[in-house]
This record gives sequence, structure tokens and C-alpha cells, in this order.
Amino acid sequence: MSEERRMIPVWFFAGILIFIYGILIFASGLVEWSHPPATVLANLHAPVWWGAIMIVMGAMFIQLFRPKKAQK
Amino acid sequence: MIHFGVLPHVLVLAPAAVTGRMISLSPVDLAIIVIYFVSVLGIGFYLKGYAKRGEDFFVAGREMTAWVAGLAFISANLGSLELLGWAGNAYQYGILAAHWYWVGAIPAMLFLALVMMPFYYICKTHSVPGYLQLRYGRATSGLSAITFAFMTILMSGVNMYAMAVVMQVILGWNIHFSIWVSSLTVGIYVAMGGLFSAIFNEVIQFFLIWLGALLIPILGLIEAGGWSGMVAKIHERFAGQDFTHLWGPMLHPSQNPMGVQWIAIVFGLGAVLSMGYWTTDFLLVQRVIAAKDIRSAKSAPIIGAFFKMAVPFIVILPGLLALAVLPYHLYPANVATAGQHTYDQVLPLMMARYLGPGLLGLGITALIAGFMSGMAGNISAFATVWTYDLYRPFIKKDATDQHYVAMGRWCTMIGLLVSIGAAYIVTHFGSLMDYVQALFSFFIAPLFGTVIIGMLWKRATKKAGFWGLLAGITTAITIFVLMRGHPERVAWFCFYAGAKSLAQQMWQALWAFIVVVVVSGVVTLVTKPRPEAELRGLVMGLTDIPSDAHLPLVKRPVFWAGVCFVVFLILQWIFR
Repeated sequence: MSEERRMIPVWFFAGILIFIYGILIFASGLVEWSHPPATVLANLHAPVWWGAIMIVMGAMFIQLFRPKKAQK
Repeated sequence: MIHFGVLPHVLVLAPAAVTGRMISLSPVDLAIIVIYFVSVLGIGFYLKGYAKRGEDFFVAGREMTAWVAGLAFISANLGSLELLGWAGNAYQYGILAAHWYWVGAIPAMLFLALVMMPFYYICKTHSVPGYLQLRYGRATSGLSAITFAFMTILMSGVNMYAMAVVMQVILGWNIHFSIWVSSLTVGIYVAMGGLFSAIFNEVIQFFLIWLGALLIPILGLIEAGGWSGMVAKIHERFAGQDFTHLWGPMLHPSQNPMGVQWIAIVFGLGAVLSMGYWTTDFLLVQRVIAAKDIRSAKSAPIIGAFFKMAVPFIVILPGLLALAVLPYHLYPANVATAGQHTYDQVLPLMMARYLGPGLLGLGITALIAGFMSGMAGNISAFATVWTYDLYRPFIKKDATDQHYVAMGRWCTMIGLLVSIGAAYIVTHFGSLMDYVQALFSFFIAPLFGTVIIGMLWKRATKKAGFWGLLAGITTAITIFVLMRGHPERVAWFCFYAGAKSLAQQMWQALWAFIVVVVVSGVVTLVTKPRPEAELRGLVMGLTDIPSDAHLPLVKRPVFWAGVCFVVFLILQWIFR
């Protein structure tokens, strides 16, 4: 592999995907807050807190593994 | 990847017999699925620029860190058929199913890390057949490569078919749509990025599976009232049956629904079948060979082992929770009637029970990702074995590196098309599925015997490797044929007439392994040994394995292997 082109780490890609999914799930949870779906334990509003966890996790991965500029 | 008899019984249903769907997806669920497909293709396009040399395309440049190699290693095994099948097995057999995740995996993974990985890595082989070529010569390597290439393409086709059936049963999707969209996506991103693409997507799949599946046991335990509440409910609904003890009912086969006793679990599963799978299945070993140095190569399976120990939480526990909370019973696929659900539908049923819009899409995406990673793993392994172990040594020896990379890309797509063909054959001959699992089991125990003898015994000769492997495969096939359809013969090999197919597999593997050892030993004694100079880097005693003694304790793989093994023992005690 060429030294001039450092590969973006897989954790960065994972972080982006988790972050996007977290936003979608969190938003979905907020939208259905007053009319939760007919699932068991819907009153716990799992999409909201699970989506929030995913947003935080994704953001951490993006920050920690974002491509850094090549040092001269 | 399928192993150890995990073929979901839902696949017994011919697609035409299925009506309706179990789950309906909302727009946000569909968006999540579409984003996944776009992402994997985008990652494949990005990685194309890094997969120009053979070393990059086939072994990911041997640059993977321990964590990447470790997560890819465990994800290559954690396919969706595994998730669905073992959750169903957990509903049927209870916590006994966890043996396949603990005693049937952890010792083998640690053995691979500490004993076998140094030989695979130091000899710089690109594959398991490649190691066999170096150790025993082309005949043994060719036999292994041909059987592996055939099996891996067949498994890829089975994965495709299985995914299509599951998506039809769960979501009502058209089977052809599922087969073609998923397989072409996989083909494109593997043809572009080679093993880089396969590994990157396996790591992403790892996160998706945990994030998609972890909520089910969390919410399930809340509903059931914790572990003790779950156990109480199970006892109430299934009085007189023990679903929650791992070793207690293993003294005699008649004490448990699997018809197996501890000897077969420890020696057949733990010592032979799991060793054969975890240490010689090239789809797994390829991920670790891609590590950047020998310490990473040793650490990767150990990292995988920690996560493997945790997988029962998202696979076995949902099956147990279903016993406690589902208001209806599930049935074997061959007895379920219209309106009833089968064992292997337990995971989608639990998903539908707890997961609403968004979370459901994530769970379904995790299943799709699992299927597609399985296909990608099979296809990338096939491309490597075909190109380096069959095409280069037997057909075109002295081509350029670019020629072999082009062959790798072409045979990725050709292999994919052959897999699609296999998938369509399986759609018409559903009973083939019964044989696919058996086919796989014919090869892994003999292969393990051949590889481990080669690594640990320098006296073993070339002819011993070939004839031992062939004798082991023949033994496994013979025992299978003899037992198939003749229950009275089961006791000949399993010492118990009521042994079920999982138990039969374990005994079959044990006998095949014993034959490999005996035949290899006898042939070795009557044939000429190879000069030691030819075995340097391949065999214990003739290989300089770098020591970790200079490293701090917490940086040594053997330390973490010890921690892992202690945790494994604690789990056996807690759930005994």
C-alpha cells in the first residue's frame, strides 16, 4: 500500500454509519413519543435512549479516528 | 458461515408454501437498509485504490491491527444463519446450545492464537492450503484447496438462498430480488476492494449486529423480571424440563433433549470439531493472516474469543426469554402447521415483540449485513484459494502479480455467479440443505488432524499428510452414510441410539480425527522423512517463534489468553 495515501481507518466509517443511524432512530423515537408503537415495553421509549447512545458512540468514533492531515 | 448443524429449520419450508409476512417495515426502517447498501458500495469504491497488488487484494496487505483482525475474525463466523439458527436451538434445547459458543469455541480460538498462528504467520502463507503445500506438498494442498473451493462456493449459495427465504418469511420480499440485489452488491464491493472490503464490512457488521440485537435481551429481561424471573416463568410453562443448566444434565444422553453426554461435548465438540473449524477454516484464518505482525496475529483470535463468549447474550438468551415470555409455543419446522411459528423464527418474533420503527430497521439491517458478510467472506476466500492454490500452482505458474490480481477480481464475480446458480439449485431441491451441513463436517476434522500433525510433528511425511487427510474424509463420509436413515447404527458410533444429529456430528468428527492420526502415523513410519532444512518455519522445533518475554505482562497475548480462559471457566461454573 502506498505510504502517501494513508487508509482511512474502518472505525471512522463505522462511526459515521452509527452516528447516522443513531440520529434516525432517536428522531423516530421522538416522533412516536406520544403515540408509541404496539410493541411490548414501548412506554420505555427505547428508540430515544438507544438512539442517543448510538449518536454519542458514533461521534466518539468519528472524532477519535477522523483522518488526520499528513505531517510533514 | 454455517457450522455445527446450525441450518435454520425455516429453510425446510419451500418458499411457495410461505404466505404472509411476520414484520412490516416503516419508511425509516427502509431508509436504514438503503443507507447500509449505499455505504458498503461506497466503502468498496474507496478501497479499490488500495487493492492493486496481490498482497493487498488477497491478504489486505498484511496490515490489519489486532482489533480489526479480531473483530473481522469473529464477524466472519457470526453470520445471520448462526444468529437465527442458534436462537432457535436455544428455544429447543435451552442453555445447552451455549456449549457451541463456549467449550465449542473458546479453547479452540485460544489454541489457534497461541499454538497455530505463529506457524501460519511465520511461513507467510496466504491460506491454509498454502500452508499444506509448504508442509506436505502439492497433492495434499490440492485436495484441501479443491474441497475448500467447492464447499465455500456451495456455502455462499446456501447463504444467498437462506437469506432470500428468511427475508421472504420475515418481510415478504421476493426471493429473486433478495438473491440478486444482495449478491451483486457483495460481488461489486469484494471485486473492487478484495479482502480489505470484506474485512471492513465485517467490522461494520459486528457493530450493527450488537447494536441491532442487544436491545432484545435487555428488554426481554426487563419484561421477564431478570434472570430469576425468566427461569421461574420457564419452569411454570415447561414443567419438568431443564432449560437453564449447562452441565448438570450431561452425565447421560437420556438426561437432555440433545441426547448427548459430556464426553462428546468435551472431546467431540471441544477437542475436535471446534478445533477443526476455528483453526483450519480458511475464511476465519484468512482474517488473522492479514494481521500486521505476529503479536497482532496472536492477539486477534484472543480478542475474538472475549466477544465470542458474550455472543450467547444476544443469541442464546433471546431463545430462553422466548420460552418465558412468548404467549404461544414454537414448533419444529417439519411439524408446524399454518398459523404456528417454528423454532428458527424465534429471533424475528422477539424483534417484532420489542422493536418499533427505526430499531426494527436496524435489527433487519444487522441480519442482512450478517448474510452479506458471510457471502463476502466466502467469495473472498474462494478467490484467494482458487488464484493462489489452484490457478497459480497448477495452471499458470509464472504470471505477473497484476495478472493474479485480475484473476482474483474475475473469479470473485464468476464465483458469485456460480453461487447464485447454487442458490437456485437449492431452491428446487430443498432437501439438499440437509446434506450441505454434513458435507462441511466431512472436511473440517480431518483437515485439523492433518494441519496439527504437520505443525507439531516434524517426522510426518508428505505421503502421510495426503493419505491421512484422505482417510479422514473417507471415514467421515462413511460414518455419515452408515448412520443416515439407520437409527440402529447410530449406537455403533455414538454409543447411544438416541443421539441427535448434533451429537452424531461430534462423534463422526472424533472418529475421523482418530483415523487421521493413526493413518498419518503409520504412513509416516514407512515413508522417508523430509530434510529438516525444508521444514524450517513450518514445524514446532524447527521454527524460531519470537518471544514476548521482553514485553510487559499486559502486552503479552498469553496473559490475555489466560484471562479469557479464566472467564470461560467462571461462566461454566455460573451456569452449570
